[in-house]
Amino acid sequence: MQNSKDRPKEEASLKQANLEVENHGTKNVRYPHRLNFYEKPPLGDITIEEFETCALDRLRILAEIESSFVRNRPWDELMKITEAQCGKYLQLNSNSAHTLGLDAQRRKDHVGHYVLRLAFCRSEELRRRFVKAETTLFRVRYDRDDWGERDVFLKSRDFGWEELSEEEKQAHEKELVAASAWMNSRDVDPMKDRYYKVKWTRVPDLVEKRRVLLKGGMAWVPSREQSSIVFQEFQTTLAKALEMTAKALPFLDEDTRIVPILNNLSQGFLAGVSSEWSTATAGSGDELTADMIDDMAKKHFPACMRNLHECLRRDKHLKHFGRLQYGLFLKVLGLSIDEAITFWRRSFSNLQDDKFNKEYRYNIRHSYGLEGKRANYPAKSCQQILTSDQPGTGDSHGCPYRHFSPDNLQTALLSMYSNQGLTSADLPDIMHAVKANHFHVACTRVFEITHARQGVAKGEGVGGGESATHPNQYAARSRELEREKEGVNAKKEEDGDVVMMG
Amino acid sequence: MLAFYKRLYPYKSIFGWLNHEHVPTKRWTHREWAFTLPPDTYVRYQSFADAEDLKKQVCQLNPTRFEIGPVYSAKPRDRKTVRAANFTPQLRELVFDIDMTDYDEIRTCCSGADICSRCWAFIAVAVRVLDKSIRDQFGYKHLLWVYSGRRGIHLWISDKEAMELTDEQRRALVGNLTVIQGGKEMKKKVNVRQGTKPPPPSISTALGFLSKRFAEIILDDQDCFAQEDGWEVLLQLLPVSDQVRRGWRAKWEVKPLSSSAKWDAVKTEAKKNEAIMLPAMEDIVLQYTYPRLDAEVSKHRNHLLKAPFCIHPKTGRVCVPVDPSTIDDFNPERVPTVGQLLRELDEVGANPSGEGAERHSGRSHFTSLGKAAILITTALRADWQRTSLKPYVDMLDKHVAALMDEVRRAKREAGPGESAEHVL
Repeated sequence: MQNSKDRPKEEASLKQANLEVENHGTKNVRYPHRLNFYEKPPLGDITIEEFETCALDRLRILAEIESSFVRNRPWDELMKITEAQCGKYLQLNSNSAHTLGLDAQRRKDHVGHYVLRLAFCRSEELRRRFVKAETTLFRVRYDRDDWGERDVFLKSRDFGWEELSEEEKQAHEKELVAASAWMNSRDVDPMKDRYYKVKWTRVPDLVEKRRVLLKGGMAWVPSREQSSIVFQEFQTTLAKALEMTAKALPFLDEDTRIVPILNNLSQGFLAGVSSEWSTATAGSGDELTADMIDDMAKKHFPACMRNLHECLRRDKHLKHFGRLQYGLFLKVLGLSIDEAITFWRRSFSNLQDDKFNKEYRYNIRHSYGLEGKRANYPAKSCQQILTSDQPGTGDSHGCPYRHFSPDNLQTALLSMYSNQGLTSADLPDIMHAVKANHFHVACTRVFEITHARQGVAKGEGVGGGESATHPNQYAARSRELEREKEGVNAKKEEDGDVVMMG
Repeated sequence: MLAFYKRLYPYKSIFGWLNHEHVPTKRWTHREWAFTLPPDTYVRYQSFADAEDLKKQVCQLNPTRFEIGPVYSAKPRDRKTVRAANFTPQLRELVFDIDMTDYDEIRTCCSGADICSRCWAFIAVAVRVLDKSIRDQFGYKHLLWVYSGRRGIHLWISDKEAMELTDEQRRALVGNLTVIQGGKEMKKKVNVRQGTKPPPPSISTALGFLSKRFAEIILDDQDCFAQEDGWEVLLQLLPVSDQVRRGWRAKWEVKPLSSSAKWDAVKTEAKKNEAIMLPAMEDIVLQYTYPRLDAEVSKHRNHLLKAPFCIHPKTGRVCVPVDPSTIDDFNPERVPTVGQLLRELDEVGANPSGEGAERHSGRSHFTSLGKAAILITTALRADWQRTSLKPYVDMLDKHVAALMDEVRRAKREAGPGESAEHVL
């Protein structure tokens, strides 16, 4: 790999970093393209201040991208926000812009990227997040890049794709059309379009969604999906390079100027966005016990958890992912490990003690971070429930709004929530949201309806107009409303919980 | 059971299959093995120097079964001596698991752990479709199908490229092959097309074959729409007006009607609105016959899967390789059991003949182990050759020979000095 060879050189140059030496490039233009695969590290001297500013400015943009993911912003919005941030902190103009200092802009982009690599290569988690954010930034720039310039950029690098010949196109025209069924049929004409052959492993996203034709291990990618190859390539090269950097990083240890900056940078990324709903009820004082769950479920749980609870009661069992989704939810709700064991033991009433102890106790303790690698797992968010570990046949986990047939969903909602004020007159409204794939809107609507007695109006959501994004947020708000109503130390609780909602 | 693992288990063939070469490589020495010991202890992270080493451990521990994991970056046995970051899965056969339990909601003959030759038809269809789809689409060649000993079938793909797939790529590949999705509460589990456009090419290719088998298995043999809960699902899946649905329901409740008669009624109705009805009917065919994969098994490199030729502890049947081209004739009830094999061995034991031993001694690679070891190995070969296990071991050996051929060819092309060790 190119940069592993160059790395010692780069480090040497960083160490020499002294006062104010500007880059004295030999050529007129060092960066002919706006886009950059960052395969060669920047060479030349820079000041410590510049080293830090480049990185901080870039970090601001990446942090904004991360928070957009957490907030589930649609792509268009994410693009707008990222561009605005870039305008503020990291101008990067196209060749046609004719502004002065194109090279300086691009150098800043280049340096910032490499400094952050150093800061974020040190752990698996940081690497993963960095790659994701950087790839997104690249995508935003790619999408917005001038067509002509983009083509020139693509030609400047060997992507290892092979164009499909006319004969091959002719022989498989029908299949090519069928493989593009997800597109508007007016726009599909294989004979006019260009296709590229690449190993299928380079476009796993297209393969997974069955959006390309596969022949003997090669994916035939239409030119409009070419970007997919580019992004994947960007992502894999960066991921590999980061691992390489991680191995080289210990050599930097002696440098007392750079290491503190790097530490500071990676901290900033971590603290900038909190993406997990951590134990919320710990401070609220009232301990939850196993026998309270039945009652709690009826009063406070969102549909996904109600469904799991009812399945558990009915079948006296839940499959693996069901136990995981429900178990972590209960943990964050405030169920202690001892109570959790009691709860699951009683729920699996058909099981022998022996079998339970052997096959289930470990997993329950594991999810509380008491076994194995002792990680404190957070409860699954709506986004995770909706998108990862899709329920298979016979599974009960997932999100009812997404994973139930419309008929079953309506029946389930009525049977779950009719004693909390949901009537069949409310259903069309809810189903409308479901049909548009706004599952969290449907869930939030159900929350509003079932908490109308506590004074929640339509549009108020789970507090301050927010919609439900986490089952524990739903349940916490529901309990909070109940406490407010009962007037139990209302004032104090509310303050504590409002902070929690943010 | 111990006698089986001592005398009959084809260690050498298994070694060749996992190692791809005669001399032990990292593919063998850094491979994880896991043993299940009675009553229920589970020993993970075992690894072995060669086939003989594995055999010694198996005979000593006498496990109820053992499983094969990935090739790690260090010897699993030495796991505690390396840093966690330096102990990661590197290579792994791409594996698939099809289990009869996933068919419980549609099969009418058995349920749960039971299996009969009638429900094997589902597996046979799945094998056909998957085998073709993987070869055509992904271009893999070294596919080994193995009966799981009770109610399912495993697939191991040993192509170099397949072994090198990352978890993310495995997930994508499984996603591509997964057509039936949705939990208990979702009725329509097939979502492969945009509106009413034809499905992607890989699926339409399979559809021709599947619609034929749909008639044979679902309509005739299993008679899936005979009972009320069966045809109620069918009614829910069809995009017909409530009026038509009510009409059928009333008719079918009164008079028992065979599944194919009901399907004919659907066909007649479909003529009125083919644009909508035909795709929906195709989706029903897919929902009832397309392979149902246990996706979790395939997605992660570090998933362990039972080794071929193990004995299923409940049924006593050997997990034998299966030839996909004759899968329709395969009858799980005729797979040899451990008791039967040992009986056969006793019978020939009374009438010994040494010819099998001679024939294979030349191919043994245990040159460093001395004469005694060679004698033991060849004696083993002779033993399984004299039982009904022979055709199955031969099948694996043929598979291994093709694999080794390819590795040899690749090495020759790579030129001298470039050994498999470097590739790893």
